Amino acid sequence: MAATEIARQVGEGCRTVPLSGHVGFDSLPDQLVNKSVNHGFCFNILCVGETGLGKSTLMDTLFNTKFEGEPASHSQPGVQLKSGTYDLQESNVGLKLTIVGSVGFGDQINKEDSYKPIVEFIDAQFEAYLQEELKIKRVLHNFHDSRIHACLYFIAPTGHSLKSLDLVTMKKLDSKVNIIPIIAKSDAISKSELTKFKIKITSELVSNGVQIYQFPTDDESVAEINGTMNAHLPFAVIGSTEELKIGNKMMKARQYPWGTVQVENETHCDFVKLREMLIRVNMEDLREQTHTRHYELYRRCKLEEMGFKDTDPDSKPFSLQETYEAKRNEFLGELHKKEEEMRQMFVQRVKEKEAELKEAEKELHEKFDRLKKLHQDEKKKLEDKKKSLDDEMNAFKQRKTAAELLQSQAQQAGGSQTLKRDKERKNSGFL
Amino acid sequence: SADNKIEAAMSELVPEPRQKPAVPMKPVGINSNLLGYIGIDTIIEQMRKKTMKTGFDFNIMVVGQSGLGKSTLVNTLFKSQVSRKSSGWNREEKIPKTVEIKAIGHVIEEGGVKMKLTVIDTPGFGDQINNENCWEPIEKYINEQYEKFLKEEVNIARKKRIPDTRVHCCLYFISPTGHSLRPLDLEFMKHLSKVVNIIPVIAKADTMTLEEKTEFKQRVRKELEVNGIEFYPQKEFDEDLEDKTENDKIRQESMPFAVVGSDKEYQVNGKRILGRKTPWGVIEVENLSHCEFALLRDFVIRTHLQDLKEVTHNIHYETYRAKRLNDNGGLPPVTTETEENHESNL
Repeated sequence: MAATEIARQVGEGCRTVPLSGHVGFDSLPDQLVNKSVNHGFCFNILCVGETGLGKSTLMDTLFNTKFEGEPASHSQPGVQLKSGTYDLQESNVGLKLTIVGSVGFGDQINKEDSYKPIVEFIDAQFEAYLQEELKIKRVLHNFHDSRIHACLYFIAPTGHSLKSLDLVTMKKLDSKVNIIPIIAKSDAISKSELTKFKIKITSELVSNGVQIYQFPTDDESVAEINGTMNAHLPFAVIGSTEELKIGNKMMKARQYPWGTVQVENETHCDFVKLREMLIRVNMEDLREQTHTRHYELYRRCKLEEMGFKDTDPDSKPFSLQETYEAKRNEFLGELHKKEEEMRQMFVQRVKEKEAELKEAEKELHEKFDRLKKLHQDEKKKLEDKKKSLDDEMNAFKQRKTAAELLQSQAQQAGGSQTLKRDKERKNSGFL
Repeated sequence: SADNKIEAAMSELVPEPRQKPAVPMKPVGINSNLLGYIGIDTIIEQMRKKTMKTGFDFNIMVVGQSGLGKSTLVNTLFKSQVSRKSSGWNREEKIPKTVEIKAIGHVIEEGGVKMKLTVIDTPGFGDQINNENCWEPIEKYINEQYEKFLKEEVNIARKKRIPDTRVHCCLYFISPTGHSLRPLDLEFMKHLSKVVNIIPVIAKADTMTLEEKTEFKQRVRKELEVNGIEFYPQKEFDEDLEDKTENDKIRQESMPFAVVGSDKEYQVNGKRILGRKTPWGVIEVENLSHCEFALLRDFVIRTHLQDLKEVTHNIHYETYRAKRLNDNGGLPPVTTETEENHESNL
């Protein structure tokens, strides 16, 4: 079969051709969206913050529902992560929401390692995805994506500055996840203090090189609102699931003797801004950034760690293949070694057992021989005794017959003697 | 008991399966419609905006003997001069002595949606005296595109968006003989239906009457079934009952589409329509009572375009990848699969 010729005129310099009528591929975004809706979406939020900053309450408020039954028990010594997955439905959209909360963060005396469980958790989710992606038979499009798309970092409302724990933790997390810092329980701060606090936090983050998530401003439709919101970071939020009657409406609020704080009132707190940014405007972008930036970085580091390299473009395909081959041979070699070891051990054990059994057999044989000899001796003894007994018996019999004979002879003689005596007596009587 | 002892010794040496990290998951179904609006459904708009910005790729291949109207049909489908014959290639050029693969790319835009459309033509297919194995270059080309994608995907530093040159759809043109499929048709479709989405079409359907058309279609469907050829939409990939009912109807009644192509416009009843002018009347391409072009167009472009791409990516590409990686000796020991095989061998 002759060779083929491939002529391509494709490339970045593709011409744009005009259409002479309606074709219909403008329905493509709809087709794509319909498929995604049928498939369902998933979104994973991680809440990091000290105990008592209202993480669970804020989640309940954001998603208009009560997620947890009872508050987390703080009995464990280290930092734990507790996660729950929930299926939410709004009109025809199904969302698989996973909320992960830190438990015991900031409670320890020595907080040097507090950030570690959190980093490990995030990495574990990346690892799970990477493992699936590297499988030979994989089902990526049905894989439940557990990677964290957004990390809400809860800052305590001290009004002064960030704690060193906050800075250290955020610095460790900023290359792994989209961080959105928020000021929790912000009804504890007055408005003027709040402005100063926000400025202090932002400057501290910048001076320490912490990369927080920036709402994207490249799409014109959302550039303006995202730009404004970026300036309001960190959001000062309040959470509440209690509804109070204010005016003639039921609203989420917190009641104090001196007044009522309304959660959804933008002059009272930034809750509405957070909800807008997190869910209604940028949820898709958060997911995309997680996949194209944070996950790719993790994957690159992990593969490089395992010894893979992308060399220059010319040898790229071959070097990867070579590396695979090398790794595979190495692995097979190890496998062989292990197999050999096990086989050796097996052979060894068998030998030992065999020796043991042989020993036992030998013992048994000896015992058998001994017993046999004993038995023979006994038998001989018995036979001897029997023989001697027989001899005795025979001797006795002989004596007996001899004696009887003697006796009968004697009797005869005596009988005749008696007769003779009687006769003599008789005869003598007649004289 | 000696056996037991050895067994015990062996189980000590065999490594325990690695514990997977436990993340407690408890799915709880909560209907939030009652508790107030959250705004989750806005993700649809967010997603739509994102896809409009990135644009789409679509690669369509046409296969069939020369003269069956492949280029005209593609131009009619996309209402523009996108085929090879219109892009500066000589219409009178000779039929090549071997099968060639020629791909042309254009960018078309409609309703704010940008699509990079690549039409892959296969001149020389079925035109020789001896057509043995003439599908091989085509199969090779398709696999080469999968290979290209795989190489990109396997890179350590990889592109944000891997350029997609994989063939999403292959239109196979059946000659309107009215009798049955030719051996070449069956051979091609048998080999290629396993690697690419094949949509068989009956070309130049204006040479058949309605009855002839129906009978021919039935015969073709039967022959394809008898030969075990799964054309797109494949039964095994129907995702849910809704899909199945919709696709069953298409599979069992409409396909293969009997089409007529034209890029000339005529005036009929005061309207300008695409058609072919004959002494006995004008055949209106988009008139469903004349031919099934409109069905084909709606099927490929307006309803199943995204699905064609997804089946190519999730199924054909994955099959190629799995086979390729298996032949290559598999991937390094990151997966636990190889370890499990190791245990079972012992």
